[in-house]
Amino acid sequence: MPSFTHFAPRQLLILSLLFCTATTAFSAAHIPPNDATVLERLPFKPNDPVARELAQMRAELQRNPKNVEVAVKLARRYYGMVGEEGDPRYLGYAEAALKPWWDMPEPPIDVQVLRAGLLQFRHDFSGATSDLNKAIARDPKNPQARVLRAVIEIVQARYDLARSDCRALDGLTNDLIVVGCETMVDGLTGKLASAYDTLNTTFNDALKDAQSDGDKVAPDLQLWVLIRLAELSQRQGKIERTEAHFKQALALGIQDTFLLAAYADFLLDQKRPTEVVTLLKDKIRSDNLLLRLVFAERILNMPEAKESESILTARYVAAQLRGDTVHQQEEARFELQVKANPKKALALAQENWKVQLEPRDARIFLESALALKDPNAAQAVLQWLDSSHIEDAYLIKLGQQLKQLQAMQVAH
Amino acid sequence: MKRLILLLAGLFFALTASAHKPSDSYLSLSVKDSSIIGQWDIALRDLDFAIGLDANGDAEITWGEVRAKHTEIAAYAMSRLHVSAQGKDCPIQVTEHLVDDHTDGAYAVMRFKAECPTPISVLQAKYNLFFDIDPQHKGLLRLDYQGQSSTAIFSPDKATQEFKLSEVSRFKQFLDYAREGVWHIWIGFDHILFLLALLLPAVVFRQDKKWQAVSAFKPAFWSVLKIVTAFTLAHSITLTLATLGVISLPSRWVESTIAASVVIAALNNIYPLFRERRWVMAFLFGLIHGFGFASVLTDLGLPQGALILALVGFNLGVEGGQLAIVAAFLPIAFALRTSWFYRRLILIGGSVVIAILAAIWFIERAFDMKFL
Repeated sequence: MPSFTHFAPRQLLILSLLFCTATTAFSAAHIPPNDATVLERLPFKPNDPVARELAQMRAELQRNPKNVEVAVKLARRYYGMVGEEGDPRYLGYAEAALKPWWDMPEPPIDVQVLRAGLLQFRHDFSGATSDLNKAIARDPKNPQARVLRAVIEIVQARYDLARSDCRALDGLTNDLIVVGCETMVDGLTGKLASAYDTLNTTFNDALKDAQSDGDKVAPDLQLWVLIRLAELSQRQGKIERTEAHFKQALALGIQDTFLLAAYADFLLDQKRPTEVVTLLKDKIRSDNLLLRLVFAERILNMPEAKESESILTARYVAAQLRGDTVHQQEEARFELQVKANPKKALALAQENWKVQLEPRDARIFLESALALKDPNAAQAVLQWLDSSHIEDAYLIKLGQQLKQLQAMQVAH
Repeated sequence: MKRLILLLAGLFFALTASAHKPSDSYLSLSVKDSSIIGQWDIALRDLDFAIGLDANGDAEITWGEVRAKHTEIAAYAMSRLHVSAQGKDCPIQVTEHLVDDHTDGAYAVMRFKAECPTPISVLQAKYNLFFDIDPQHKGLLRLDYQGQSSTAIFSPDKATQEFKLSEVSRFKQFLDYAREGVWHIWIGFDHILFLLALLLPAVVFRQDKKWQAVSAFKPAFWSVLKIVTAFTLAHSITLTLATLGVISLPSRWVESTIAASVVIAALNNIYPLFRERRWVMAFLFGLIHGFGFASVLTDLGLPQGALILALVGFNLGVEGGQLAIVAAFLPIAFALRTSWFYRRLILIGGSVVIAILAAIWFIERAFDMKFL
């Protein structure tokens, strides 16, 4: 028997809003004024080289859906596009390409690694890890599987395992990735200054070497390293250097939602909301970027803030309705800062902390607990602060405030 | 190079997860007897990926391009949705093509009708839109039946679902409306304050321009009973008449008068206007409060064919909530009645506060202003 959920009128209101929501919350289904009215903009023109390449691969796969090489090629292409375009639809397209192998317990190794990648996007970290464990058992020298597993281990605060996966990459892939991987772990575990210096030196050397060879470091690799350098600098409290790295990354001209979100957060922390609005005002299709825009618009008391806020609310409701939990960290920030609902924010941050344990996840968790004056709720994060030896001044300050609060509450 | 992209994609995006809203369609079905009225909103982006809408290749989808493909869109979508009643197929006919904006972009909107061979008691829906090209796609269903809504989600592993419509039982419906009635009296401060203003003097009586405590519980109880019965009788009458559509009054007028009734009831405790015949006031103003309840009931949505059930349920809920308040109030007031605290602070002071608060409501409602 399928779920036949009963709705109270208030929930029904939200639901019916969702069913007829628009940018202005109350527009309704209509017939546009004339044939020339533009309804939707697509990411590509059909004769765009990327679109043509994808169309060719799709046609090839349609002729022979069981050709694993073509399927993997197409799925990888889509997988890469998720980050460029920030659109989760590509995850579904990638999965569709891999359909003949998708439900196999032990598919071809490339498919298994890709499947792990697609699963981690959905925050199914245990499914992804299980696939990666099997893939690495079959092929210990598979660099993709190692990198992906290292990243999941970093996200889940299993730093020793992550470090050994990073080290195992040595010789299997580009040195910058190997060093980037290990310094990511070091930057979280009490070796922040040396992690920055090592990565920065390796990066500059790589740029110089490439230049002298008349070559260049792949732009997407540069982007990745520069974001890591910005993060490490920010954790060290080196504001100017952080900004310089973000600017270098932006100058690469690669569309990247993660970079924009990280830079916007940096600007918000620096109390420069006007720049956030300029940076993101055309990027509201992305929920994560819209969230930053809402923060900035609210600080500036802009009239658009209300509408942006209602769009974002509707998107979170929609995500809930379809059963997604990938938004918990962002939604917690929304609840705390926009809806002034620290209770819900804390609940979301707690759920999120079960799967993601990164500095940004810790931050919203601690901020919510502090807003509620509930240090006991944040025990898990306080432990992580101590055990990881992370050197993040802001997080440590939050932790201390909570511990003081705890001591006071015990004294009473 | 390709290899590198994949390597790095993993590194970047464990963190960003889904930045956009994923692909969803919104399907609503409204069932009555043997027919279904439906609306289906499908993202233009998804339709473009499936059947191609951008005819001139400029990466913009215009209304003209969508209009030219209406037949194709209807054929594509409707071949992927099947509804049946007790296993018998209900053919779908598209009646109208529109567009709408959802939070993540423009959607094609199809309105349709489906006629089933028999009155529907078990509705089966088979949904297969886009699952072949995007297994992450989901269909969000809203099903309306007899004023009740329910939801379900279609996904590749839940493509076929069955809904037993009789499960929306009369009794459950009745309880829902009763609960709403209780809830409304509980959050409806104006009704509570009106009642309280009338009840505050129930444990005292006026003699030589002064309030004296009643000597026994019985007169206090009778006084409360008269007031509550009069109020209940009055608002039940107008609630029924308004819900059945016999009388209707402008809501601004009703809401303003309700606020005014609270002011008058409170002032009556400070300076006697109605003297001891407060039940008369309870009855007269109760008539107006009934219209206030009626507008709430209408907002909740009234089930066709179960109107009386909803009305009775809601009204009983209101009475229940009201009795709970009285039951909490009376013993406390009776116990405190001889104290200075009750006669000066609660009775007079409380009435002043209630009068001021209600006066602000009155100005807000009557002149459409906002203070509180």
